[in-house]
Amino acid sequence: MSQQSSTLRSAARRTGGLIAASALAVSLAACSTPSAPAAGGDDEPAGDTTGVTDTTVTVGTHMPLTGPAAAGYSSISAATNAYFDYLNDQGGVNGRTIEYIVKDDGYNPANSQTVVRELVQQDEVFAILNGLGTATHQSVLDFLDQNSVPDLFVASGSTAWNQPETYPNTFGFNADYVVEGAALGQYAADEFPDAAVCMLGQDDDFGDEFLEGLEMALGADGLTEVQRYSVSNQDVTAQIGALQAAGCDIVTLATINGFTALAVGTAAQLGWFPQWFGSSSGADYPTLVGYLGEDMAPKLLQGFTGTNYLPMADDEWVDLFREINTEYNGDAPFDGNTIFGMSVGYVFAEALAAAGENPTREALVEAVQSGDLVGNGILPLAFGPDSHAAYLGVGITTVDQGVQDYIDATYEVRDGSVSAVDPQPVPLSGAGVPGA
Amino acid sequence: MNAATRPRLFPGLTGTPRVLTIAALLTVLALGGTFLLDPFRNFQLATAAAYFCAVAGLSLLIGLSGQLSLGHAALMAAGGYGYALTSNALTDAGVDGVPRFVMSLVAGVAIACLLGLLLGLAAARLHGPYLAGLTLALVIAVPAITSVWSGVFRGDQGLQTAYNPVPTALERLIALEQWQAWVAIIVASVVVTALALVRRGALGLRMRAVRDDETAARLNGVPARHVKVTAFTFSAAAAGAGGAVLCFITQSVGPGGYTLAFSLLLVVAAVLGGLGSIGGAAIGSVVIVVLPWALGAGAGALDLPRELEQRLSGNLSLLVFGALLIAVMILRPDGLAGLAGTWRRRGSGSVASGAAGSATTARSSAGAGADAPLPSATSAPDATASSDSSRTIPIER
Repeated sequence: MSQQSSTLRSAARRTGGLIAASALAVSLAACSTPSAPAAGGDDEPAGDTTGVTDTTVTVGTHMPLTGPAAAGYSSISAATNAYFDYLNDQGGVNGRTIEYIVKDDGYNPANSQTVVRELVQQDEVFAILNGLGTATHQSVLDFLDQNSVPDLFVASGSTAWNQPETYPNTFGFNADYVVEGAALGQYAADEFPDAAVCMLGQDDDFGDEFLEGLEMALGADGLTEVQRYSVSNQDVTAQIGALQAAGCDIVTLATINGFTALAVGTAAQLGWFPQWFGSSSGADYPTLVGYLGEDMAPKLLQGFTGTNYLPMADDEWVDLFREINTEYNGDAPFDGNTIFGMSVGYVFAEALAAAGENPTREALVEAVQSGDLVGNGILPLAFGPDSHAAYLGVGITTVDQGVQDYIDATYEVRDGSVSAVDPQPVPLSGAGVPGA
Repeated sequence: MNAATRPRLFPGLTGTPRVLTIAALLTVLALGGTFLLDPFRNFQLATAAAYFCAVAGLSLLIGLSGQLSLGHAALMAAGGYGYALTSNALTDAGVDGVPRFVMSLVAGVAIACLLGLLLGLAAARLHGPYLAGLTLALVIAVPAITSVWSGVFRGDQGLQTAYNPVPTALERLIALEQWQAWVAIIVASVVVTALALVRRGALGLRMRAVRDDETAARLNGVPARHVKVTAFTFSAAAAGAGGAVLCFITQSVGPGGYTLAFSLLLVVAAVLGGLGSIGGAAIGSVVIVVLPWALGAGAGALDLPRELEQRLSGNLSLLVFGALLIAVMILRPDGLAGLAGTWRRRGSGSVASGAAGSATTARSSAGAGADAPLPSATSAPDATASSDSSRTIPIER
């Protein structure tokens, strides 16, 4: 019994210690509450300068470096990084070099949430640049908005990024899927008026909005058959079979590169060879060759029709990017993703230069919103106070003898209708260094 | 995390009041601890607390009732989807704030409970690998279910929910992530306290009896199937609460978060921590949250070549988990919680045989007291039957 009371006393001492420790913890709260510095900010009138030092600007992104989308997209961030290395060697932007932190989310929204929180709260990046994927980026949209982080040039054509009132800091980079669907639908209507047009699409906003665009061009009942697939199930045999049974002549694809190859390959195995029309997100010829193989790809993809809005094949931008790729990217395979990644880097540099000598998050968003950025596309950037969409139009591309290039057809969507326009490619200036 | 300090507190208190007191103390400590963490750490803490619900339930299911589930991620997903669907419906109906959270949480738990009950009914008729196979099939089916009924579940994209801001009264004091950690900690403490009470109560004793020898248990009047179904349902409810909390923290739920790999990670957490041990479940949950992040940060700090870094990303943590699991199984079959117990015993200078002792004593208590009423802390059977932590108490006396 006496033993028990001594344990009781020592336990009481221990408990006392614990209570003291927790009291200490609570009293420390006043100085360590995280909301205090975020709300207060610096005394400088300029605004929020998180991620900016006298010599560097740190930005971050989430990308699929592993998982089902990795093979089609992992070269994008490497290309952006290579462009930044090139830019930094030219002196950077306003004397600051750009550091780019790339984190893998495996194209899985649950992972995107973790890595983006890590980028914003641990690595304290200035902005999120070119986060990739509709579902993945959708999952961090509110978080970035709550934390007032500039969310620039999302690598996805969802129209969700173009909501200036709800998400004032978010801007897209791709031409949106409505535009792409409408352009491909209109091209089909113009060139193949009697063909049965069908669609195979991803089971998310990507597919929904692409379908919306197709219906804009072809009418609500203009499609013969619509099939959807989900990224987590890598078998589209049932969908392809249904499209074949419906007698489709043209299959439009709201697919990422891996699933474009899967669809084309599966159809070929079934002995079916329709005309394929792909969205820019899944129509990159060199990437598709990587999936289908050097032998089969030129045969299977002859005449493959796609959309794009960035420089292609014979172009001074492409020549510059090719040089950068050789020198700063270890001569990695040069494909549409490389051009995409470097174009993103260029537009960011343009925005950063426009944000002024002492960039703040507010100034960066203001610079993009000003409408002064032109980018390097076949049409100038469409950013403005009321529009957070990058490109309102796309050009039609085809593959011929293993070369993918624009043909003489460019479409633009304005006020809910699609029309043919002339391309206005932005010429290369200052060797790809903004402000030079 | 606090397992080492638990067993010797309040030796004067016994039974349920003791459990409740310790739970309340630990909860207050954890809530106070959030003030010391930055927002990202608080987010990690909130995630770990959500995992803690599921892992504690799973640990109880495997360790006490002897039923292996590889499908607890699916039960968490059920909780998450239940939460999200209810929360969105309530948002449309104009309800928000705490009522919306509580109702959504209850709905999430109820749906997971229902699924767990169905699974449990099947589980009561299956053994070992067949049960594992059934639960495995369930977790593999999650993405298919969400894409077949994509009108409701929105396929791979998952569901987004409105976020619950920090209540106005606390707005000036704490940040959003801290508030989320608070909610997660409170839910976890309620769930885990309930599990702890089940564990030390008559039901826990019956679970052990069924685990060790189902026939003997039946002969002693234990309704074995009923006990197994109940164990599965409790465990599912805990997982559902974890899933709902995870959805509350991240404002979204999707099949990508509840893969087979994640399900196996929950089992790893339960085994690493120590099967049947609640302190062990806490350790396991923290390990599966912190380890991948720490490895990623470590690999980043090493300044590896870009290509190697890409190759390691995501794979390194799996490798380390595998190695850690093997090491723990060889060195401490009763998990990291058992390791903490060893240090304690060494510190107090007394000798006890850890894993072997608990196995035999649990067996003997199962035979002796299958129908025993709530065992009190002063009697010997309780010390052996209740937990690894209370194992040390009779030795001190």
